[in-house]
Amino acid sequence: MARRVAIIGTGHSKFGVRNDVNIAELAYESIRQAIDEAGIEPGEIDFAFVSNVGGWSSEPLPAVVALEYAGLTGVGTMRVEAACSSGSAAIKAGYDAIKSGEADIVLVLGVEKMNESPTPTVVEFIGRAGNYFWEFQNFGLTFPGYYALYATAYMAKYGATEEDLCKVAVKNHYYASLNPKAQFPRKITVEHCMQSRYIAWPLKLFDCSPITDGSAAVILASEEVAKKVTDSPVWIKAIGTASGTSNLSRRTDFTHLEAARKAAAMAYKKAGIDPENPVKYIDVAEVHDCFTIAEIMAYEDLGFAKPGEGYKLIREEQTYIGGLIPVNLSGGLKAKGHPLGATGISMAVDLSRQLLGRVEKGRQAPIKNGVALAHNIGGTGHYAYVTIYSLDKPREA
Amino acid sequence: MSMDLSVPETWRVKGPLYRLEAARCKTCGRIHYPPMPACPYCGSRDLERVTLPSEGVLESYSVVYAVPEGSRHKAPVLLGLVRLGRVRVVAEITDADPSELRTGMEVEAVLRRIRSDREAGIIRYGVMFRPKLKGGSRGG
Ligand SMILES: [Zn+2]
Repeated sequence: MARRVAIIGTGHSKFGVRNDVNIAELAYESIRQAIDEAGIEPGEIDFAFVSNVGGWSSEPLPAVVALEYAGLTGVGTMRVEAACSSGSAAIKAGYDAIKSGEADIVLVLGVEKMNESPTPTVVEFIGRAGNYFWEFQNFGLTFPGYYALYATAYMAKYGATEEDLCKVAVKNHYYASLNPKAQFPRKITVEHCMQSRYIAWPLKLFDCSPITDGSAAVILASEEVAKKVTDSPVWIKAIGTASGTSNLSRRTDFTHLEAARKAAAMAYKKAGIDPENPVKYIDVAEVHDCFTIAEIMAYEDLGFAKPGEGYKLIREEQTYIGGLIPVNLSGGLKAKGHPLGATGISMAVDLSRQLLGRVEKGRQAPIKNGVALAHNIGGTGHYAYVTIYSLDKPREA
Repeated sequence: MSMDLSVPETWRVKGPLYRLEAARCKTCGRIHYPPMPACPYCGSRDLERVTLPSEGVLESYSVVYAVPEGSRHKAPVLLGLVRLGRVRVVAEITDADPSELRTGMEVEAVLRRIRSDREAGIIRYGVMFRPKLKGGSRGG
């Protein structure tokens, strides 16, 4: 019999350049908080899913190292990888384990230590998130280059401008300035952004998410356990998943991510959300703004705006608190930081705290429906996860 | 980190890289570039080699300033998404100034050196695209 799954504890490290800690210490900052919040004993954890993209990591087998440091040796574990959406993939793995009855309490940890490799190595490795041997080796196509092709096509088709892209960065830096866990807790202006150097035209330095060290963790539990240990569970209401071709040449359109649309449709269907008007159901969203253009496409792929009108949402400040739907109140990947494997779990942590009214003043969304959405993309729409969190128990398990 | 170009791999991809060879699925009609032995859409293994047109339209582009190690001397790299008939190709744009690139402009294929592998390694050639010369042919 399928069972309901709740988040009963959350943990989040400070994101940034964390030369002060090693990868296990960085992971422990989140694990300890999440276990404390859940009010469980470490020995009660049935399984631990560890999201980590690695490749440059200081530890090639981070799962066992992180768990051992946290005193969790003996718990079954594995590393989960789905590029930049690894965190959401790990949450899905934990969700499935509990839903199926295989586990009652699961730790889902995301950790990434990216600053211990020189930047070119990281950029090259991320570039390989595509169809590496073809596009990277032959054409030197870098990850910003992929999204730049989308930005150029989007701007040419719909008339969005580089200033519109910068407005996404300005919003996300504004909310990061209110989030003490963010890598860049400071405001910027459109001028700042417009004057930053080009990485891959039309994308500039301030259009790109940074290289980040960080960790995040959630404790998931079955309804039975959740009832006993907490009076404020956050339920996983639905998860939508999809993948897209790894070969950019095979994409049919460069103004949206097909996988994101598919994942959203699946999540909305499972959650009973009208795909024509999802903003009526959702109080707050975290979307995958690895580049500013990605946030604008996310508005459209999630149905917050019609195709070709996403840039108007940011131009009219509709994704600030008080607008149509507040997006990336954590600062997003752009300003909170993007420690790849931790990102999807960081979204879950921040949205849980949003739903419970626990985030810092100035970036707390008004919670009316008790529903939040996380949109987490791996590669350039190679992987897509859309996860719906809610205060109300899902009707069906 | 430097990459060593594999000799067998370079040999395997010479058709698509030098001559724009693609594979057409005889069952569903889709064309795949680079070519593959089976159609990922319909599963058919009945594919034939076809050569893509050498002239096309620039659908999107970027000017990449942050270039990976090994190709730094080429920065900035002009990168294009080129439509050749029914197929799209991602390739470098050459012989052009960044300011002249426009979506929708006509481009044509030329064979150029893509990269060389250190001192004693192999040199890989491949197709790049340049703005189509007025008059139809070089020097015309
Ligand atoms: Zn076919």
